[in-house]
Amino acid sequence: MFAAATVALLITVSLTLARAVLGPSVFDRLLATNTIGTCTVLLLAVIGFLTGRPEFLDLALVYGLLNLVGTVAVLKFFHDRKPIERPPENEAAR
Amino acid sequence: MSSLLLDILSWFCLLAGGLFCVIGALGLLRMPDFYTRAHAASVTDTLGAGLILLGLMLQAGLTLITVKLVMVGLLLFFTSPVAVHALAKAAMKRGLLPLLADAGRTSPRAPNDAARRQQGLPGQEGAPSKP
Repeated sequence: MFAAATVALLITVSLTLARAVLGPSVFDRLLATNTIGTCTVLLLAVIGFLTGRPEFLDLALVYGLLNLVGTVAVLKFFHDRKPIERPPENEAAR
Repeated sequence: MSSLLLDILSWFCLLAGGLFCVIGALGLLRMPDFYTRAHAASVTDTLGAGLILLGLMLQAGLTLITVKLVMVGLLLFFTSPVAVHALAKAAMKRGLLPLLADAGRTSPRAPNDAARRQQGLPGQEGAPSKP
């Protein structure tokens, strides 16, 4: 049953990764990265149970903290920048 | 008997949590603009994470592992809304307009205008409309 949850989380991560690659704006990519981080925390917890080593939960805690700090740090970086998306005339190519 | 009941309950929670995670990711992939995508991602962050952690807690019983799982759950419960709120606020501040259904002739089906709105540029009418 842990294996089923692991597979579901891996499907979630791959779908979210597609959004992170496709996402038209920086914020879409950041949102997808944040969701991947949440899924990684869950995946660490489930894999700890799957392999019978619940010490992985400590790693999950640290990863959850780093996830928030990483998202807010990248947001601070993009806060006052000009938009770095492609100019509108390249819309058809996207 | 009681252990079998706990097992069934925890399997149900794990499967439902995985299902909600996949539903949230599908919404993240298929929703039309950033703000609706943030709404879809919150399904993964709250319901999926909560159910999976609840299923693991039922497996672990009353041990230190459950305390750690509660800590992970509390961390996700407090930090993911903060992160998504900061994201939405930064996107709004930088002029990323939400996709509106009643914005005159800019229907969400019109791909050209939808793409322009996604890039945060004003549409044909110029002024950004209130969400």
